[in-house]
Amino acid sequence: MSVTYDVTETLDVKGVSCPMPVVKTKSAIDDVPEGGILEVVATDKGSMSDLDGWAAGTNGVELLEQFEDGDVYKHYIEKTA
Amino acid sequence: MSTEPSSTADGTQLSAAELQARVEELEATVADLEADDEQQKMTIVATQGTFDMAYPPLILASTAAAFGWDVVVFHTFWGLDILHEEKSQALQLSAVGNPNMPMPNALAALPGMDRLATRMMENRIDDNGTATITELIDLSLEQGVELQACQMTIELMEYDEDDFYDDVTVGVGAATALQHMAESDIQLLV
Repeated sequence: MSVTYDVTETLDVKGVSCPMPVVKTKSAIDDVPEGGILEVVATDKGSMSDLDGWAAGTNGVELLEQFEDGDVYKHYIEKTA
Repeated sequence: MSTEPSSTADGTQLSAAELQARVEELEATVADLEADDEQQKMTIVATQGTFDMAYPPLILASTAAAFGWDVVVFHTFWGLDILHEEKSQALQLSAVGNPNMPMPNALAALPGMDRLATRMMENRIDDNGTATITELIDLSLEQGVELQACQMTIELMEYDEDDFYDDVTVGVGAATALQHMAESDIQLLV
């Protein structure tokens, strides 16, 4: 969590659970331009594993980092293509 | 490359130009096959129409769509109620014979117990920030999941095609489901 990202857009999915964090992330990344970075803020504990798996299985996105920050989980996803 | 005529396995003589054309044709076929392989496919057969059993297929389908997969959910028998606009909002948990219910079967069989159990589950779902069934259906359709309603069951249950959510696919049967299953990487029966 040392790096500060130049975030293009932030998606707030606090308070919703599976499958919403992944589904809403997919919708949000569609609107991010190539090279842009999407920040996802979630309270769903499963989002750590789920967004990691989603990014690994999806073309054109790269999960840069994810970490717990207080009572939320933060994810940084770059749109690579 | 030699310009001498070459022969194929069955002995047919081919000129260099014909061979070249044949190679290009095969390369195009391989490229098509590779392109097809890139997109994962999943078919789910949804047969249950209780409140709790409506969730797994919808959650998996909407998530798979977020992966960019080609997803078909074939709804048959009681699973059809998930796509029925009115019935989908009144799906019930079955308290009887459900080992997860904190009550004995003798109690669970009393009138109103299914309603009570369903209400309790709905409240928990709301508290947990879990989507409703209607939200998951809308979400799945928006993302291009194909929700199919078995034609035979529509007729068996005497449903009207207008009873279903817009964009639900009707007029399909087991052969359509099998065709997609045969092409799918993942097939699930719920």
